[in-house]
Amino acid sequence: MSIEISAKSITPVRLAYGNLQQRFGDKKPASRYQEAVYDIQPTANFQYRPLWDKNHDIYDVSKTAIVMEDWYSFADPRQYYYGSYTIARAKQQEVAEHNFAFVDKRDLFDAVPEAVKQAVRDVLIPLRHVEWAANMNNCQITDECYGSNFSSVAMFNAMDRLGMAQYVTRIGLLLDGNEETTLDAAKQAWMDAPQWQGLRHAIEDMFVLDDWFELMVAQNFVLDGLVFPLLYDRFEKKLTQEGGSTVAMLTEFMDDWYQETVRWTNALAKVTAKESTENQALLSSWVSKWMDRLSIALEPIAIEAFGDDGANELVEVKAELLDRLAKQGVTV
Amino acid sequence: MPAKKLNLRKRYELLTRGMGWETTYQKMDDVFPYDSFEGIKITDWDKWEDPFRLTMDSYWKFQAEKEKKLYAVIDSFAQNNGQTNLACASYLSAIKLFITGVTPLEYGAHRGFAHLGRHFRGDGARIACQMQAIDELRHAQTQVHTISHYNKHFSGLHDPFHQFDRVWYLSVPKSFIEDAMSSGPFEFITSISFAFEYVLTNLLFVPFMSGAAYNGDMATVTFGFSAQSDESRHMTLGLEIIKFMLEQHEDNLPIIQRWMDKHFWRAYRLLGLVAAMQDYMLTNSPMSWKEAWEVYFVENGGALFEDLSRYGLKMPKYHELATAEADHISHQIWSVFCSLGNATGFHTFLPTEEKMAWLSEKYPDTFDKYYRPRFEYWAEQKKAGTFEYQKGLPQLCQVCQIPMVFTEVQTDPMQISYRVTEHGGDKYHFCSDGCKDIFEHEPEKYVQAWLPVHQIYQGNCGGPTLPEVLDWYKFKPEDSGDYIGSKDYHRWQEWKGADKKVKQA
Amino acid sequence: MSDKKNTVFLILQDNEDARPIIEAVEQDNPDANIQYQPGMVRMEAAGRLLVNRVTVEENLGREWDVQELHLNLISLGGNIDEDEDKFEISWR
Repeated sequence: MSIEISAKSITPVRLAYGNLQQRFGDKKPASRYQEAVYDIQPTANFQYRPLWDKNHDIYDVSKTAIVMEDWYSFADPRQYYYGSYTIARAKQQEVAEHNFAFVDKRDLFDAVPEAVKQAVRDVLIPLRHVEWAANMNNCQITDECYGSNFSSVAMFNAMDRLGMAQYVTRIGLLLDGNEETTLDAAKQAWMDAPQWQGLRHAIEDMFVLDDWFELMVAQNFVLDGLVFPLLYDRFEKKLTQEGGSTVAMLTEFMDDWYQETVRWTNALAKVTAKESTENQALLSSWVSKWMDRLSIALEPIAIEAFGDDGANELVEVKAELLDRLAKQGVTV
Repeated sequence: MPAKKLNLRKRYELLTRGMGWETTYQKMDDVFPYDSFEGIKITDWDKWEDPFRLTMDSYWKFQAEKEKKLYAVIDSFAQNNGQTNLACASYLSAIKLFITGVTPLEYGAHRGFAHLGRHFRGDGARIACQMQAIDELRHAQTQVHTISHYNKHFSGLHDPFHQFDRVWYLSVPKSFIEDAMSSGPFEFITSISFAFEYVLTNLLFVPFMSGAAYNGDMATVTFGFSAQSDESRHMTLGLEIIKFMLEQHEDNLPIIQRWMDKHFWRAYRLLGLVAAMQDYMLTNSPMSWKEAWEVYFVENGGALFEDLSRYGLKMPKYHELATAEADHISHQIWSVFCSLGNATGFHTFLPTEEKMAWLSEKYPDTFDKYYRPRFEYWAEQKKAGTFEYQKGLPQLCQVCQIPMVFTEVQTDPMQISYRVTEHGGDKYHFCSDGCKDIFEHEPEKYVQAWLPVHQIYQGNCGGPTLPEVLDWYKFKPEDSGDYIGSKDYHRWQEWKGADKKVKQA
Repeated sequence: MSDKKNTVFLILQDNEDARPIIEAVEQDNPDANIQYQPGMVRMEAAGRLLVNRVTVEENLGREWDVQELHLNLISLGGNIDEDEDKFEISWR
């Protein structure tokens, strides 16, 4: 029966939803990505103002100083919607799970020199708090942003950061046979040790930023653009040379994640800067403000991680980031 | 050194707590500025316990598995033209109402829970809200994907999000979600997680999805049931948060009781649309609205409130009225849609003889007495060609925004229920004491309401004539009116012409 | 209704994956009422309903993570207690 019907050709009366026809034409079906992220957020005729913010509508373009003619002019190069996102992450977590199990089963940490383990405790494990903050900040962006493409990508990023905070925590547990000593020490350092206070202070100031796009710049452009290359890439390579390749197995997720994520932050920077000279100027001023603040904050951690080379490593990472942002049209 | 074994509870605790910290460079009250103005007192956020201990890695793993299954069905549905296996194309009115009225609620919940996921002070509660925020995004996206295939073959599904912001009957769900979203975080979660999801969502999803299965709509069944697996987590969050708030401080009880009363009534009124969907739009209904109400509210809801009575929480105000109305609302709301069928984005149709027999059986006290005569009268008029749609626009309730169609079911079921109150020198109209109470408690909120009928009269909706308004809605001429004779109808006949078993609405 | 315990319920999709779970519920909760409805299976019991990991594993012939229950879960009513060995729904 169904074969018979399929054999008769059933011609569609239209190929895509109206909003997508308007954006992309009516000649071909829309992609799953397009269907999932475009125009779902309400834009008009809001019923009530939020009790805590009488100056804004529930969704309001004026929650940031950035002005876009069309908030949907940015597209995620990865084309993530929930399904493709979770399936991609499930694959990565399978690898991570395998690596964690392998390290655990073979007691691979036993073979890692104590100095390397201590470096992991001192430098990597406190990053669980940094990822935790990144989770909060991206959740803030999901809350405040404009447009369903934006909220979708920010939401995925927020959950990624929770996942990575949990992976860092598991490294801490694995180091100590599931005792909490390392986690407790890392928290202590995060709260009190002088080398972490500049960063913690900067992050707490990010928590109270008014403009969600500035937060986007501070967190996802600048802080991530410094921390991931510096600590998950360069520092991991140093540890590997010193006999700590086991650690690199456990942070592979973060490394892959960052390589992937840079693609959408680049795309976002490019589209936003290209929109207007005002946007470009705002982005530049935010990048410059947070680059100064965060590179100073990260210096003691760079020194902890790399010793005498620390300052130089940080300068290189900073230069790479500025260069990358300049390619997207954000010059400082 | 052999590693200490961690049980699920301890492992979860280590992976969700202790990563947050008491801020010192900024005041905690500035970092979390929204969790105290509602008056809810939380003395110890660490007492919050998650019933489901999902870490992100497990979340990705399980959700990806659900997604793979779901998209396999969606793909095969499209490849095999699964739409031809429906009981009848008239069934799609339910799907049209669903994507225009329910899918946007999922998106609103996504943003609302993201707000809580950032702004609750407790780490555990934040994570639970974030997981719900991403789940709700999932639901919006999977619904758009599933219904996409129907949009390619039928009318009325082409511009759901444009319509949600404008159409007269869609302001019912829009005002519902925006009411919750414009409230503080504790009220939002009481509204959405408890009043809507725990107490009432089963009435939306379970009978409706079962109804989809019953009418050959395998695509909707699949996304619906797949979403329900998340929904079970959400319902449990709703129950946990209520218990948590009640346990934290005795002063919380009266606030929660009031929110419960308010949002139960808001959500219940919204579900009036579902009642009509279930009893009338489904070609074959596996369960009547009244039966669903008995099982999911009276019985299961009763058990829930009995459990909560130890905290002093009572059944929501006017629940007896809601139960009494179960005999009436689906008929009343479907009548409104039929009488304004030239201005709906889905097709209306009068119940067939077979359907009316079923309604008589399911509603022995009311259908034959009050509603059958109306449908039969309209049927005669249609036959004689004298049927006319209602002229003029209906008056809407200031709070639920449903036209004034509900009646005094406990005293005189033929008498329309009207309530009025004055505020700031103006008169405001309501469908019920429940809606009037809500207004009177927060008049400054509800005077802001964007009431579609007022807006049309004020000229804010495309123009003064019906065609102009419908054009502003992006309703195409083939979207509205009777199913019989519509483009959908003819297309269905073309596919099914040879099939004698086809039922006609 | 007040002389007996309130009903708890668990609804699963009616599919192959859910079969061993439904069978385990039948085995471990002899008084449970099991109803097959379009697309789904509703299991109810007075006061308490238990899904036991060991029983599901026996039916399934492999290891089973209690959290796999979520894959086929449609709805439930009652307080939840989930750990690595069981999934329990109850009204106190």
